[in-house]
Amino acid sequence: MTHLPYVVSAYLLGVVIPGTLGLSALLRMRAARRRLAAIEPRRRAR
Amino acid sequence: MASYTAPYAAVAFNPGARCDRVVFVDASAADAPPQSGPRPGRSLHRFANPGRFLRLSGAVLPWLAAAGVALTAVGLVWGLRFAPADWQQGDAVRIMYVHVPAAWLASAGYVGLALCSVLSLVWRHPLADLAAVEIGPVGAAFTALCLLTGSIWGKPMWGAWWVWDARLTSVLILFFLYLGHIALVRAFDDPERGYRSGAILALIGVVNLPIIKFSVDWWNTLHQPATISFTGAPTMYLGMLWPLLLAAVGYTLVFAAIVVARTRAAVMERRIRALLMARAGEAAA
Repeated sequence: MTHLPYVVSAYLLGVVIPGTLGLSALLRMRAARRRLAAIEPRRRAR
Repeated sequence: MASYTAPYAAVAFNPGARCDRVVFVDASAADAPPQSGPRPGRSLHRFANPGRFLRLSGAVLPWLAAAGVALTAVGLVWGLRFAPADWQQGDAVRIMYVHVPAAWLASAGYVGLALCSVLSLVWRHPLADLAAVEIGPVGAAFTALCLLTGSIWGKPMWGAWWVWDARLTSVLILFFLYLGHIALVRAFDDPERGYRSGAILALIGVVNLPIIKFSVDWWNTLHQPATISFTGAPTMYLGMLWPLLLAAVGYTLVFAAIVVARTRAAVMERRIRALLMARAGEAAA
């Protein structure tokens, strides 16, 4: 394959940037849900 | 899920109100008829209720994320492994399967930001501000991805990591517009002023979108003109077009899933703040 370092680095960025965003969104959502459940124990946060 | 519906019920029937200001409304308000007659944008406010948003988005989000990841993976693997190399560019053309979807989403994300700004400024849609705040960083990240992969593609093809070409420069301006929006909405003690200023900036920045789109036609640029359009047949080999479309749809779903997840978190965080303030108020009383 020609230009292998360029292709690999572009694909890595294409996976790492959206992956990091997705993971951080998931963790933030879970943290908010847990905190809300702790504050508001009678009601379940989805 | 009456827990969210009840406190925010007034928002659905009072489009001019913001969530922070109408937190503690009796649950029976949800069953009360609207106090004013129909007005433009009223149907949009059916989806403004945070409780309804959390329910709907909670059901949709797993499917959205799974479909996005699956389509993106298929598109990228197809593009990397099975699509043909270009006769001129060789395998460097495979960068296209990341770069082009990122470029589309950089602009599409800004269109979403502008739509949220219109909803916020014109109809004072309660969720539009939160969605706009959450679209900003995601759009900025995809614009950065577009710029970085373009730079990586440009080095072997043009011999330079960066040129002050009209297309590249206008996309760089788009990136700065995203950064400006992110900074502006967080720059005020009063969130309402931040949301409004950010919305105005987002709407002013819309003028950059046609410049990005037509920059390759209006000026002589190193960047190639569009090979795919809605009006004409694509000038691209189908063996390259299909993985590109799959990756584009996949990345779009991933983008949407990230924004929905962040907006869900923002709605819950706002609810937490409201509950803590209520407790503090009760304790003080």
